[in-house]
Amino acid sequence: MLTKRIIACLDVDDGRVVKGVQFVNLRDAGDPVECAAAHARDGADEIVLLDITATSDKRRTILDVVSRTARCLFIPFTVGGGIRELSDAAAVFEAGADKIAINSAAVKDPTLIGRIAARFGSQAVVVAIDARRVNRGFEVFIAGGRIPTGRDALQWAREATACGAGEILLTSMDRDGTQAGFDCELVQMVADAISIPVIASGGAGAAQHFIDVFRSGRADAALAASIFHFGIENIGQLKRELHAANVPVRWPC
Amino acid sequence: MIAIVDYGAGNLNSVKKAFDYLGAEVVVTTQPETVAEADKIVLPGVGHFSALSGLDNSGLRDAVLQGVRAGKPFFGICLGMQWLFEGSDEAPELAGAGLFAGRCRQFPSSVKSPHVGWNSLAVREGSRLLRNIAPDSFVYYTHSFQAPVVAATTAATEYGAQFSAAVERDNIFGVQFHPEKSWTVGLIILKNFCEVNFREV
Repeated sequence: MLTKRIIACLDVDDGRVVKGVQFVNLRDAGDPVECAAAHARDGADEIVLLDITATSDKRRTILDVVSRTARCLFIPFTVGGGIRELSDAAAVFEAGADKIAINSAAVKDPTLIGRIAARFGSQAVVVAIDARRVNRGFEVFIAGGRIPTGRDALQWAREATACGAGEILLTSMDRDGTQAGFDCELVQMVADAISIPVIASGGAGAAQHFIDVFRSGRADAALAASIFHFGIENIGQLKRELHAANVPVRWPC
Repeated sequence: MIAIVDYGAGNLNSVKKAFDYLGAEVVVTTQPETVAEADKIVLPGVGHFSALSGLDNSGLRDAVLQGVRAGKPFFGICLGMQWLFEGSDEAPELAGAGLFAGRCRQFPSSVKSPHVGWNSLAVREGSRLLRNIAPDSFVYYTHSFQAPVVAATTAATEYGAQFSAAVERDNIFGVQFHPEKSWTVGLIILKNFCEVNFREV
């Protein structure tokens, strides 16, 4: 049976893993290479590395981190942040990523999705959507949650799918870092509307939150960062609880 | 030496990296001559079945098939396994190698496509490639088309219906999943391939 994936996310700034609350107030959480390996041993189904303050002078740092992280990581490895052109994506794949995640650049130029997919396959293109609740539905934000776009998240997810995206990484900005639970309403709305997998993100704080987002949110995968780094809940313990609740997971690994 | 055949279908770094980790001598090549010199051949590939036209246009197809006929251990991964069959509905104009009967088809409409994530293997006993793989082990998949269960199927996976997760006959091996992304289960499978001996056919 196809299992629900638990994805550990490393938010990386200048070569270090950090995690904030609602995209600000960053706290240091360690070396990305060590964190990725530890999560994989604990039972993570995938690793996502997001370069959260990607600027051109820091690109070399992140490519080095990607390369060192990928060397001994034999589970799927996604890298996002600062990918604006096909050449940026190619450099990240060359460094050892299996998938890239694009966000702002895809909103500005949706043809980027298809151009990367044409060369590396749709399975390698994750479109990340940062969404915030507004009066009617959910609005897409870009630039690390700083800039509202006026676009509807559901429509954008549909368009990204049509452009050749392989998966949607859907982050609730309202829940990000709060550990108050995933936004199941947002996730279910998108998951029911598109054929490609939806990775729920933002708000993980307890095993029950994962059970809820897989059941009522109908997510294919769920991503969390802070709870795993600070040892509030390790992935093995989480998977045991999901298994006990009859959620299909890769356990034992 | 193991030749990983590069015919332009995506990123082959992960496959090479996993063989490197196991200490195998491995090269990624676009050259038919290098394939001809290799002891073993790995045909990876992700994406659309039409990408396999890169084999036909480069002389690589003949080099690979000659190696297979000579008894060199051959390992097709993902698209590389689908290529072993007669063809795929994804690109009906393109012929597969036809080494196994049947065509690759879409998943039933009862399930989402693509099939992405970790799914379990129902392993048939006696497989050399799947030696030491526990029943119900999980492996990582990402694909939209699937190969039928045939006599050579050594493991099946359930997604909407049963499909071929692994096939094996004499010196020919193939898996639909990604062993290079399937944690220790995948590394054992790659190691088993490294240990398969040249076999005259």
